[in-house]
Amino acid sequence: MATQNTRTLARLMMAPSVVVLLIWMAVPLAMTLYYSFQNYNLLTPMNVSFAGFFNYQYFYTDPAFFQSIWNTLLLVLGVLAITVIGGTAIALLIDQPIFGQGIVRILVISPFFVMPPVAALIWKNMIMHPGYGVFADIAKFFGVQPIDWFAQFPLFSVIIIVAWQWLPFATLILLTALQSLDSEQREAAEMDGANFFNRFIYLTIPHLSRAVTVVILIQTIFLLGIYAEILVTTNGGPGYASTNLTFLIYRTARLGYDVGGGAAGGIIAVVLANIVAIFLMRAVGKNLDK
Amino acid sequence: MGSITLKNVQKHFGEAKVIPSVDLEIKEGEFVVFVGPSGSGKSTLLRLIAGLEDLTGGTITIDGKDVTEAAPAARGLAMVFQSYALYPHMSVRKNIAFPLKMAKMEQSAIDKKVEAAAKVLNLTDYLERRPSQLSGGQRQRVAIGRAIVREPSAFLFDEPLSNLDAALRGTMRLEISDLHNQLKTTMIYVTHDQIEAMTMADKIVVLNRGNIEQVGSPMELYLTPRNLFVAGFIGSPRMNLITGDYARSKGAVTAGIRPEHLTLSKESGTWKGTVTVAEHLGADTFLHLDVDGIGQMTARASGEFGAHHGDTVYLTPDETKLHRFDDKGLAIRA
Repeated sequence: MATQNTRTLARLMMAPSVVVLLIWMAVPLAMTLYYSFQNYNLLTPMNVSFAGFFNYQYFYTDPAFFQSIWNTLLLVLGVLAITVIGGTAIALLIDQPIFGQGIVRILVISPFFVMPPVAALIWKNMIMHPGYGVFADIAKFFGVQPIDWFAQFPLFSVIIIVAWQWLPFATLILLTALQSLDSEQREAAEMDGANFFNRFIYLTIPHLSRAVTVVILIQTIFLLGIYAEILVTTNGGPGYASTNLTFLIYRTARLGYDVGGGAAGGIIAVVLANIVAIFLMRAVGKNLDK
Repeated sequence: MGSITLKNVQKHFGEAKVIPSVDLEIKEGEFVVFVGPSGSGKSTLLRLIAGLEDLTGGTITIDGKDVTEAAPAARGLAMVFQSYALYPHMSVRKNIAFPLKMAKMEQSAIDKKVEAAAKVLNLTDYLERRPSQLSGGQRQRVAIGRAIVREPSAFLFDEPLSNLDAALRGTMRLEISDLHNQLKTTMIYVTHDQIEAMTMADKIVVLNRGNIEQVGSPMELYLTPRNLFVAGFIGSPRMNLITGDYARSKGAVTAGIRPEHLTLSKESGTWKGTVTVAEHLGADTFLHLDVDGIGQMTARASGEFGAHHGDTVYLTPDETKLHRFDDKGLAIRA
């Protein structure tokens, strides 16, 4: 399409941003890779030496390692399931013409504007607290023993909080996708004898597939690195029940002052994220090139 | 099967009375065309019949059954939309099969019907393709196929050819007429293009601002337009409408003469005019003239007429083909 002339110019114009992006990505990655092969503990910062694969072995043999990977997957999948299904449901609802539509939509997307630690603290102290949380009040009203969420269901509690934060994002993307559904197609299906349920199955869901793919891909990127919500609520516990990979790295690097071990964990996390990415692109990526 | 009666049908959108009141009788097997300028309510009327809009007042009867409150699917009608409204993620086969699948028909019966429809519409080679891989004309045929398999009591077409190029439009016009001759099912066709209306219709319904101006066969509308609106709308190029002394001398407020009923001459005639634009088509010549004492007129000569911009040309009207209208714009019949 473009002529030789515009192509050269375009490359020239793009060059600075590509270079900055490369440095931005490559330097931290290279440094992490470098430190992962060093014995570098902040308690003894003078004794830096080559460690070989010891850091990897150390991180791998951590008793929390496999549980943290499992927790990471559960966290990602749980939040994805809640946000995609819930987001579709809410998008369908607020797509209907109602009184005060603008305000309702703003309210629905507002959780997205609350910073993660703040949201987690509100959930911890005002909603899920076994003594004076909203859930406890409801339980007491019905005369049931209140649930101590973070002690009894630590990972599930974190999933709920994170899902609450990401629900608006999914809703917003799915709502715009719903609104782009051709009204004549819907009317054609109506004339073809499809009821609301069939129209949803055969028309709306296929139409939403691309938007759902975008939601899944973008959310997965962020959900693999969930950290703040765990830190302010359960601190990874009880035991390692709500420790994900990111939190385990934090534990190793900052609580154990072990920069080398943390870096090795970071590299393992990068490898795992790429494996997840490959699976994801295989599974849902084909929806994107239509 | 396929007679439709509209009785005092009304549609208001808030304050706007899009259709004040329409009465219409559509007989079984008729090809009816709703024609009118944009905003004339022709599409709204079609959507009311389809059940895609709620009536403000009046009743719609199909085959003697009151369907005013019935759901679209329950009316036994099939519709072809302007955008074709094909389901983009389904193959052509699945698109055509969709209404049958919704009717919970046996898979083997569905296959048979889809194959048959595809054969009629020349789509057999394209059954496994997606709509996005088809040309405009093919998509149009898939949309028609999806309508045919339901064996509806009437087909509704909402400006189905307006997204096609001129050549293809001509072909599809023939195909739809052909289909009507084969199926002998009632068809209601909405268009703003009077050529489509004239060539395809058994009966034309001319709509203007939600009111029916005239109902009749194409030739009735051409020969005896009931009022100024129909006279100006049917026929291409448009009828010349003349007011003033000439009209008064004929006992009318407005006199109408079609471009093809003017005889052109370079020597003498009733009126003298100067050519502003000459369109030479080979088979016809259209002359746009500035006529002394009357103003802008259009004349049509069969074959080539050698006149160009600035030439002086004489016109003689065929007064047996003159249309006369009174002060309300209604035709005066002698």
